[in-house]
Amino acid sequence: MIKAINIFKNFGEQEVLKDVSCQFEQGKANLIIGRSGAGKTVLLKILIGLVHPTSGKIWYDDVDFYSLEKQPMRELRMQIGMLFQGSALFDSMNVEDNIRFPLDMFSHMSRKEKNQRVNYCLERVSLTGTNKKYPSELSGGMQKRVGIARAIVLNPKYLFCDEPNSGLDPKTALVIDELIYSITKENNIITVINTHDMNSVMEIGDNIFLLHEGKLAWKGNKDEVLTTDNETLESFIFASPFLQKLRKKMAEK
Amino acid sequence: MFKFISHFGIYIQWLMQVFHKPEKVSMYWKETLRQMNSIGIGSLVIVCIISIFIGAVTAVQFAYQMSGSLIPRYYVGYIVRDMTIIELAPTFSCMLLAGKVGSNLAAELGGMRQKEHIDAMEIMGVNTAAYLVQPKIIAALIVVPMLVCVGAFISVIGGYLAVVPTGLFSHAEYIRGLRSFFEPYNVWMMFVKAFVFAYILTTVSCYQGYFVKGGSIELGDASTRAVVYSNILILLSDYIIAMLMTS
Repeated sequence: MIKAINIFKNFGEQEVLKDVSCQFEQGKANLIIGRSGAGKTVLLKILIGLVHPTSGKIWYDDVDFYSLEKQPMRELRMQIGMLFQGSALFDSMNVEDNIRFPLDMFSHMSRKEKNQRVNYCLERVSLTGTNKKYPSELSGGMQKRVGIARAIVLNPKYLFCDEPNSGLDPKTALVIDELIYSITKENNIITVINTHDMNSVMEIGDNIFLLHEGKLAWKGNKDEVLTTDNETLESFIFASPFLQKLRKKMAEK
Repeated sequence: MFKFISHFGIYIQWLMQVFHKPEKVSMYWKETLRQMNSIGIGSLVIVCIISIFIGAVTAVQFAYQMSGSLIPRYYVGYIVRDMTIIELAPTFSCMLLAGKVGSNLAAELGGMRQKEHIDAMEIMGVNTAAYLVQPKIIAALIVVPMLVCVGAFISVIGGYLAVVPTGLFSHAEYIRGLRSFFEPYNVWMMFVKAFVFAYILTTVSCYQGYFVKGGSIELGDASTRAVVYSNILILLSDYIIAMLMTS
């Protein structure tokens, strides 16, 4: 379990996170949702140590993350897989080398074993045969899948995804959601996803945390989303006029 | 002043990370070879071109200065040789490399920072300061002195081509000058300068690129700062080395 306890984050005068506490459970897709500028990305970056909180604690099981020295922190990070919003694939490396990079750096596998592992990960994200392609030759959705393959190559215990669906069409977004969800369940890992895509919320939201203006405004699961009377959540979900009309019609019926 | 002290403190702390033990030596070695190729082979042609002109201009200007004087004519070879070995080859070559390699290193690392490549490596558990910077420094420390050495050699040839075929001096005069008053210590000084300048141009440029924040304008600024600061520090250290090694 990952616990964020009383997290505050200020950038100068601006308070970005205000006393945020949440728990991310194992074997579940934990979604952090909220409008742009709500503090989702900052919270995610605090969870993985890319941004330090002004105050508060992050616990990985029984380890206080920010009390770790640099080396133990790096060792813990080897158990973390991360899918970045822009995929963050290394441009100068082909798909195979991108996925193999963590293996080359940290594993003592033979070349054959590494190739097998790379091919397994590519197969897992349905990209068999793209080994020699460069990131610039791939579509946005394919880049995301390569990013996922790279994130899972070391069998991480924790998987973090920053806006995995941004810039993708709804169908491809669904494929990415299903992929992340199935990997979470298969490997029984803790997955934290940062999104504002409502399809994701309704499809894979085992645990949902709504951030609003830097505060945790609501928490629940995908079944509770439609039954809640939390105004902040409602205004977030039914932000579009189309959905508001739809909701009105459903209420009338 | 406070800003300078703050940057210097961060630079020192960052260097401690840069010279940390590699996670996997083979990966670092592979990257070092790639950088040696990029810095060394990639800069060979331009270093050769400027070296020819350094030698040629030195020889021609010396010929102009000595006309009507009592200085022996064969001194032209001696002057070209020592000027290039002691000063022109290491300083000119490294200032050129600060422009070519330094801006490239800053842009490469800055681009990686902006595209979240550095963050991605950090999350994997990689010591990014060490993996991305250490091979560049080691590669530069190996290949820059080689480039400077080649540059000095080519400069001497450049000087020869400028004055012998044009009839300003004879072949015998130039060669006699080259063979006169040779001090091996000067070659040692050239290598010391090349090592120090290589270290300065890589660490300063990588520092500027590694800590880039913002967008393409900031990246451009960082790249410019990398070149300007490297050149200033190269000239400053040139003066200090000259003071220390010739006093």
